[in-house]
Amino acid sequence: MTARADRPAGSPAPPGLAAPAIRCAGLRYSFGTHLAVDRVDLLIAAGETFGLLGPNGAGKTTTIRMLTTLLKPDQGTVAVFGVDAVAQPMLVRRLIGYVPQLLSADASLTGRENVELFARLFDVPRRVRGQRVDEALSAMGLTEAGQRLVKTYSGGMIRRLELAQALVNAPRLLVLDEPTVGLDPIARAGVWEFIAGLRQSSHTTVLMTTHYMEEADLYCDRVALMHHGTIRATGTSAELKAGLGEGATLDDVFRHYTGGALDDDSEQGGIRDVRRARRTARRLG
Amino acid sequence: MTSAAPGAPPAASADPLRPGPPGLPAGRPLAGLRRLASRVATLCWVELRKIRHDRTELYTRAIQPALWLLIFGETFTRIHAIAAPNGIPYLDFLAPGILAQSTLFIAIFYGIQIIWERDAGVLAKLMVTPTPRAALITGKAFAAGVRSIVQAAVIVVLSAVLGVTLTLNPLKLLGVALIVVLGSAFFSCLSMSIAGVALSRDRLMGIGQAITMPLFFSSNALYPERLMPGWLQAISKVNPLSYEVSALRWLLIGIPTNLALDTGVLAGATVAGITVSSLLLPRLAR
Repeated sequence: MTARADRPAGSPAPPGLAAPAIRCAGLRYSFGTHLAVDRVDLLIAAGETFGLLGPNGAGKTTTIRMLTTLLKPDQGTVAVFGVDAVAQPMLVRRLIGYVPQLLSADASLTGRENVELFARLFDVPRRVRGQRVDEALSAMGLTEAGQRLVKTYSGGMIRRLELAQALVNAPRLLVLDEPTVGLDPIARAGVWEFIAGLRQSSHTTVLMTTHYMEEADLYCDRVALMHHGTIRATGTSAELKAGLGEGATLDDVFRHYTGGALDDDSEQGGIRDVRRARRTARRLG
Repeated sequence: MTSAAPGAPPAASADPLRPGPPGLPAGRPLAGLRRLASRVATLCWVELRKIRHDRTELYTRAIQPALWLLIFGETFTRIHAIAAPNGIPYLDFLAPGILAQSTLFIAIFYGIQIIWERDAGVLAKLMVTPTPRAALITGKAFAAGVRSIVQAAVIVVLSAVLGVTLTLNPLKLLGVALIVVLGSAFFSCLSMSIAGVALSRDRLMGIGQAITMPLFFSSNALYPERLMPGWLQAISKVNPLSYEVSALRWLLIGIPTNLALDTGVLAGATVAGITVSSLLLPRLAR
């Protein structure tokens, strides 16, 4: 964690281990007239497990979509291991494993084929491809299920499959958007156990969004609290709690910075969430 | 959405613990082409696996062309209502048209898949791999072609069973596969472009339904162009399906055509289709 904040924002950082996993400055994005992300600065050191917290509609997913090259920021800069995400998106994508919020695997393929698809899309060489696919499946406990069509998988299995898909490229940065939403408690525990394992090995940087405070408290090195598109506080969970006084929980911190709202919809319209809910409804029905 | 600039740092291989990306450093012109070929191969592989896992669509999609050939074809052959060129039986004339039609039907609804992938979050994941938009669209267009080839094989066999005199020349059959791929690639791009505008499965279904029959009837699939009224001939001349049918007719039953023109129009339309859908893809990813 020594690489954190040792370089002024904006200075050219050489890629590689010395550069922070993520450095973004002055990020801004709006959907029409709705300002989703405003003046967001983030500095995440290589090897860190970082949690981006905030109520629905706070701008977490939009921020993630800019970090993963899915959206071009209206303003501001993003660098992943020193590589500019706007100027060199292809290079940045090679460094990232991304698991979106929705459970997303191709149900008409087997688990193994889903992982192999991503191995191919990440140009994993043919001679090691099979082995890497097997390793990723085995790391997620899907060796046997890998031969079955994903149609037959439970939600927890699909999430593990997605992690296997993200891991097959041996990414240096794993980006997880709400990784435990919609999972049963056992599946959730499995995901967190996996993240904890990654944190210990410290080879992989993890950036995740969540609104489970207790989990962020347990598993993240540092967290940032986001509300109405801006970052309200950044630090270790202990620092943030101490700032509020004795006996404060991360939940209190969350309430302090967001006014207790678990949902921004009442104030900001929450266009994105409405749209997503509608999409999900359409997909299911 | 071009690849990274030359001299880009080999960032991923800086960490000895992580195997870096293999020999596809961005920036070399050949690397772009190799990546395109690799993505097309990958997405065609996925399509073949899907066909293997679920063949029902293959059979259900064979019903309609079978009806066209069996009922429409046999009847119209008997009543001599449509004079096919060179005095060949109408059924022979019809078979390549129905082949083109059935691959059109596959391709025109291919955009539904991309909307499904968008709604399911799969598209976002695909777009966070080092795959340029145009490579993703090209891959999907050719995957639609793969599905169409499999369908085309079914219809060729069906036609032969019904007594249509078809070529057995392997080179010409290879040509048929190529034309079918080009045609499907174009119409699937049309579908993906509509998907990029409509942004919903229901709307895409509606638009797809609304345009397939006009595309079919305004082509030379059912009747020779010279039998059409003037205004329809004009439409047929700008309908890529007509060029696909003409090429298939020459390859399968030997009715003369300008093959270079047919292939050129299909290839040009495909490139245009890929360009437009690639430009519209970010609307889906937003």
